[in-house]
Amino acid sequence: MKPGALPDLAVGLAVTALGVLGAWLTWVIPVTPVYAVVGPKLVPAVIAAALFVLGLMLTAAALRGGWSADLPEVAEAGPRNLPALGWLLGGMLLNLVLIEPLGFSIAAALQFVCTARAFGSRAPLRDAVIALTVSLTAFFLFVEALGVNIGAGLLEGAILRALGQEVS
Amino acid sequence: MDSLSGLALGFGNALSLANLAWALLGCFLGTAVGVLPGIGPALTIALLLPITFSVSATGAFILFCGVFYGAMYGGSTTSILLNTPGESGSIITALEGAKMARNGRAGPALATSAIGSFVAGTVGTLGIAFLGPVIVEWALVLGPAEYFSLMVLCFVTVSAVLGSSPLRGLTSLFFGLMLGLVGVDLQTGQPRLTFGVPELLDGVNVVLVAVALFAVGEALYMAWHHHAGKQEVLAVGRLMLSKEDLKRSFWPWIRGAGLGFPFGVLPAGGTEMPTMLSYFAERKLVKPEYAQEFGTTGAIEGVAGPEAANNAAAAGILVPMLTLGLPTSATAAIMLSAFQSYGINPGPLLFTQQAELVWTLIASLFIANVMLVVLNLPLVGLWVRILKIPVPQLYAGILVFATIGTYGISNSVIDLVLLYALGIVAMFMRRFDFPVAPVVIGMILGPMAEQALRQALTISQGDWTVFVTRPGSAIILGLAILALAGPRLYAAIARKA
Repeated sequence: MKPGALPDLAVGLAVTALGVLGAWLTWVIPVTPVYAVVGPKLVPAVIAAALFVLGLMLTAAALRGGWSADLPEVAEAGPRNLPALGWLLGGMLLNLVLIEPLGFSIAAALQFVCTARAFGSRAPLRDAVIALTVSLTAFFLFVEALGVNIGAGLLEGAILRALGQEVS
Repeated sequence: MDSLSGLALGFGNALSLANLAWALLGCFLGTAVGVLPGIGPALTIALLLPITFSVSATGAFILFCGVFYGAMYGGSTTSILLNTPGESGSIITALEGAKMARNGRAGPALATSAIGSFVAGTVGTLGIAFLGPVIVEWALVLGPAEYFSLMVLCFVTVSAVLGSSPLRGLTSLFFGLMLGLVGVDLQTGQPRLTFGVPELLDGVNVVLVAVALFAVGEALYMAWHHHAGKQEVLAVGRLMLSKEDLKRSFWPWIRGAGLGFPFGVLPAGGTEMPTMLSYFAERKLVKPEYAQEFGTTGAIEGVAGPEAANNAAAAGILVPMLTLGLPTSATAAIMLSAFQSYGINPGPLLFTQQAELVWTLIASLFIANVMLVVLNLPLVGLWVRILKIPVPQLYAGILVFATIGTYGISNSVIDLVLLYALGIVAMFMRRFDFPVAPVVIGMILGPMAEQALRQALTISQGDWTVFVTRPGSAIILGLAILALAGPRLYAAIARKA
């Protein structure tokens, strides 16, 4: 086995596992009392079987030497930048935790700052100013122009109150 | 309704102030997202889907189609000035376009691609207007069995024909089909693949999946291999085409348009293949005195042809979408889900039941083409400015919009968890060269295919041979098998060229 093929092997096995998961999920679909030529289980079973077979084929391809190490995009890509990935994932986690207690704008602004940091920005204060502008613009664009209902958080509520609007 | 009276009706509606405004907004947004690396029309239309709750169907689709066409125009600007294709149809444009730009000929390259896009877009839209009703007439006799076979053909072409590996394409497709299964089975009322999570009973939202695949996954992948370094935006210079440039561009435009449109129409979808074929054709057909410009200083033929092919294919993709309800690209799949949220079923009946909508849409495409030439040539300076948005703030901004677009669906953190989890999957898909478009298409078309399968089998009283005994269905299934074997043939030809 070629050294670069190990990640590909993991992918092949993951797809195979997805097939197995699909088969189990199909198994637990309740049996329907309604008569149907094609019951609720048939299509899921076919899809799970296909994923299982495709996973085995990918695994075989990996064992024969893999495919991804030869891709120009992978070969030419720079070294892995795990700190950058960490900042990005950290920003996502922060957003997940804070979006309910603090509201969209603040959570998204913090995510913005982390994401910009991930891509090499070194001016967190400037980013924070841009971030709040962007997230507030996005909020009012979605709420006012697209009519999406997103509950106002701390910041949005304060702004709406300052504009003299009722905040629910 | 025949095409001419349809167009007359359509232009009457499309020229209203509101519809012109929607078209302009769509073209503007579309060009912007086409120019910006990292976002494309599929993501943009997904984020705009909420307007389907408050805007009329006509307005919304004019907007979406403006975005769709606009992204094709904008993508070429990025390819030429940055040597980074803004979207997949522009990869080929970057080959010669960026070389022209480096040799001080960015202006003519931009001009030939904008005018070529206009020529091809107009040819392609004429194609929609005149071919559409013909296909509809033919499609009206199709039963559920034929429909199911057509969807199988569509699955095969989008996953196994496009992209570099049928194996990986099919894996993506089946992953999408699996996502499409999540939720309550409409016919039997049984929950499927929900893990007992009540939020999943309604299924996985299309917007969420599109945003995860096209925005979050892309951002994660870019961060994974991020290294500092500034990209240089090349100077535009004079935009005028000289007489010689015009002469050299003319036939490539026409050939590109002629090549691109059928590729879009046949569910051989995608814009990569026609642009590549057009490039090879122009390279072969170029006058000997310009032949040495290919690959060195950049040949204008190599920009004009593929750009035209790209736009004509984009127009062609709308034909199966509007006449059969078959999406052959991720963007078309998301537009299809927009139709569904209006309770409109795209398919042959669309042209009769929603004639006004369809013809207004087609007329708007002509108008959008005119707007886009104006937006892209005189205003090219504006797009160059957009290109200069620094990468950190660009991706940060994309993620903010991704988050709000997803959170807005149901204000649920579970959706966001799903968004980021799928984003991580998409990152690995990108790393291991699994195409993402088949995921979206499988997810949207899968449930429709299951429904067609059930209808066909109900009509045939459970007889599975119906798919091969009905001649139409048998022919389409035969084509699907051919499409599965075809790429190998194509690869052999491409290797020789």
